[in-house]
Amino acid sequence: MIPEIGHYALILALCVAVVQGILPIYGAAVRNSSLMAVAKPAARGQFLLVLLAFCCLGYAFAVKDFSVLYVAATSNSQLPLHYRLAAIWGAHEGSLLLWVFILTIWMVAVSFFSTHLPDVMRARILGVMGLVSVGFLLFMLTVSNPFERLIPAAFDGRDLNPLLQDPGMVIHPPMLYMGYVGFSVAFSFAIAALLGGTLDAAWARWSRPWTTVAWCFMTVGVAMGSGWAYYELGWGGWWFWDPVENASFMPWLAGTALMHSLAVTDKRGSFKAWSVLLAIMAFSLSLLGTFLVRSGVLTSVHAFATDPKRGLFILVFLAVVIGGSLVLYAWRAPRVGLGGSFSMISREGMLMANNVLLVAALGSVLLGTLYPLFLDALDLGKISVGPPYFDTVFLPLMTPAIFLMGIGPLAQWKQASLPALAIRLRWAFGVSLVTAVVVPWLMGQWTPLISLGLLLAFWILATIVVDLRERLLQTEGGGGIGGRVATLPRAYWGMVLAHCGVALFIVGVTMVKGFEVEQDVRMNVGQTATLGGYTFQFDGTEQYKGPNYIAARGTFRVTQDGREVTVMYPEKRRYFVQNQTMTEAAISPGLLRDLYVSLGEPLDDGAWSVRLYHKPFIDWIWGGCLVMAFGGVLAISDRRYRLAWRRKEAAVPATAQMARPTVS
Amino acid sequence: MNRFLIPFGLFIVVVGFLAVGLTLNPRELPSPLVGKAAPEFSLPQLHDPGKIISSSDLKGKVWLLNFWASWCGGCKDEHPVLIHLAQSGEVPIYGMDYKDQRDEALAWLKEWGNPYQVVAVDAPGRVGIDYGVYGVPETYVIDKQGVIRYKQIGPLREDILKGKILPLVKELQNQ
Amino acid sequence: MRWLWVLILLLPGLASAYEAPPLATNQQAEARLKALAVELRCLVCQNQTLADSNAPLAEDLRREVREMIAKDMSDREIIDFLVSRYGDFVLYRPPWKLTTTLLWVGPFLLLGVGATGLVFALRRRQKKLTDVTLSEAEHNRVAQLLSEGVRRP
Repeated sequence: MIPEIGHYALILALCVAVVQGILPIYGAAVRNSSLMAVAKPAARGQFLLVLLAFCCLGYAFAVKDFSVLYVAATSNSQLPLHYRLAAIWGAHEGSLLLWVFILTIWMVAVSFFSTHLPDVMRARILGVMGLVSVGFLLFMLTVSNPFERLIPAAFDGRDLNPLLQDPGMVIHPPMLYMGYVGFSVAFSFAIAALLGGTLDAAWARWSRPWTTVAWCFMTVGVAMGSGWAYYELGWGGWWFWDPVENASFMPWLAGTALMHSLAVTDKRGSFKAWSVLLAIMAFSLSLLGTFLVRSGVLTSVHAFATDPKRGLFILVFLAVVIGGSLVLYAWRAPRVGLGGSFSMISREGMLMANNVLLVAALGSVLLGTLYPLFLDALDLGKISVGPPYFDTVFLPLMTPAIFLMGIGPLAQWKQASLPALAIRLRWAFGVSLVTAVVVPWLMGQWTPLISLGLLLAFWILATIVVDLRERLLQTEGGGGIGGRVATLPRAYWGMVLAHCGVALFIVGVTMVKGFEVEQDVRMNVGQTATLGGYTFQFDGTEQYKGPNYIAARGTFRVTQDGREVTVMYPEKRRYFVQNQTMTEAAISPGLLRDLYVSLGEPLDDGAWSVRLYHKPFIDWIWGGCLVMAFGGVLAISDRRYRLAWRRKEAAVPATAQMARPTVS
Repeated sequence: MNRFLIPFGLFIVVVGFLAVGLTLNPRELPSPLVGKAAPEFSLPQLHDPGKIISSSDLKGKVWLLNFWASWCGGCKDEHPVLIHLAQSGEVPIYGMDYKDQRDEALAWLKEWGNPYQVVAVDAPGRVGIDYGVYGVPETYVIDKQGVIRYKQIGPLREDILKGKILPLVKELQNQ
Repeated sequence: MRWLWVLILLLPGLASAYEAPPLATNQQAEARLKALAVELRCLVCQNQTLADSNAPLAEDLRREVREMIAKDMSDREIIDFLVSRYGDFVLYRPPWKLTTTLLWVGPFLLLGVGATGLVFALRRRQKKLTDVTLSEAEHNRVAQLLSEGVRRP
């Protein structure tokens, strides 16, 4: 009964979505305020209906209802409750429901936080989001119904893939989807602006906080995916440039470019058409990611069970949504005004150069991901494009972008002087260079890449110090440093924090790649191995029974200079239902290093093959990403957004808005 | 107007490729050995471990080399097709028992029938690597000069046999 | 006395008996294997390197590569051995070929196109906007007049 309620709720939600997609947009075109007013209640109604459906599916999982096909395929009677609930998004159908659910969450958020927007704008935004929702709901109800029944009911379920039975499964997909789907808001803003026919700088101001929030979630989502792969997959890697990983990284790159481009459009009214195009691109890449993961077109460790029929539906949806948006763009964008002019050497110039570099990087990732498909489709053979390609191509494109990260915030708007900037930054460059050369030498190993990485990281930090120094030590205005700190807007501190996050990330990557050590040893009980200054003693294995698995759990006593540091318990698990063996590595995380122990195979005479890793600074990779996301959060909490939400901007005729010079 | 249509144009190209991609199988690996000399092998026979079967013995005739194993599910699926083909006598089939146990292989053939003229034993899988085998079953069509002319990845089906392999075999036999 | 000599000779052995021996017999060869295997693809896996895969074929291929290293074959020869049997698919670093030129050149081409586009867009913008500035002051006057018009009851 409950699954049927859920199913019916989805059908109702589809009807509401159709209404939400058509009436407000039509109403905006003919300026009918009662039609436009349909948008808000429709969005909220849709949210409630999809929430109901989501809860119904959750209920089916919680009570182990194996008469629902999806529950039988992804759950099991021995699966603990929290994983049963996480299994809602463990496979294709349920993850689509999560997608739509999160879309309705964003719709409701827009409906609440849009009082300062003109009605026409809000109607169009919610209308576009409604149309996107129509596509996904239709997809679910036709070929991917999570509520499909299995008659007769299965005696027991096929269990969730053991790789997914992990806390990471509970958080990573929701975070990632919040990001993916969040870019639909920026997309809807862009389409609404194009539909309106006039594109002004106010649009950029409104879009910015939404873009930033989505970007924050995306950052956390991608970082979590990487961290999860690190400790779950058992081989110590954290990024493989796998097609699905790339599918989440590309929207992030587009979102980063969009955030920076919106800064220019907001401040100077320039590059409006480009920002709109980026907004369309970011969401298009989200949709492309959805396609790649589910269609079977590319091979990936992370792909859902693939079905070309489903792939076709998503492709058609993709073609209609993005194709339509790009046609609309080609039609309306030429009429957009140019906004303020600026020199190449200026803050705007550097922000746009950052955009060029980010989009080139994005393009390369896309090229590398799709290239095997291109060649195969043209019958030119089968190739693989993997980490060696991406690493070779990505680094030269990102390095200049990082250098610009240091110069941009110090450059003046409209026109800056390169020699003057060089003088202000010479100290920062000197310090970075010296540190980059000295640190590896002190640590005993030097390669050009290690120095490059450290140079970039310290460059970011040093230039931030220079910038802060200049702003805080200004004598005009008085009030001392504390006062100056308070007057600097939160958006500025957000930028500082986010850029520091990038620096931390680069330090993590450089140190791990440059200085990590690994050992494959054959260990008998009582034997020790030494790695990175730590001594690991193997104390044998014992059998351990989990809720739905049985494991051989090893005990490793770790000491440093004779002092005990920790005890580590790697496991070799066998999950009953799917009869899959899994290696559960033991990780001892630390601020400056991770210790990683993984059991290999049991050898004769009671010994085990063991792999040991010492990975310095690896947690700075994900720590840096978290700091980046915090920076984003800080930026959105800026005063101008908090105030904007509370008052509605006075309505000014469109022509006047376009001509008014943007003040900041 | 023109340059604003570029994103749309690029997008259509990508969608076209993705659409074609839906019809392809990214995991299927065509063999680079088609058109090249079949790698030489000299292996013990399954039914008579004392005797050796080598690829050079088979020069001068067109033959099929079928990699199989008793633990392979797809091999069961294609086996009736092979039996049928062996009974028709159109082309001799030679088996390569890949990474298998002798008793299990013998029992399997006893139960399901033996379509092979001779079965060679490739226990460590080295000959498989030489032939670029990455899964079983895989079947090769080899001509009189010992050149590989066709590779079938996965189980042989009646329609592929009739449509591709038998015509090719006839053509090669007439050379 | 002989047992004392035996004991003394055994002592170092006893001490190092606690130190776990490396899994591989030849460290250098293993290092070479690892360097090669991270760039080779496991053919039966869903996108994993030869180094990380536990699949039977991956173990066989690692064994083959170890033997080739022991025979003193160069990296180039080992790669050619695998490519002649499995095609370019087995390489994670796409080889430089006519068909992969666009792949390797593409990113830098994109960068070039983007940078050129940006420079041209800025130049075009500067030219156009110098023409318009004259009427901007007039535009402001118009805006002022219009907004005054709106405020009038």
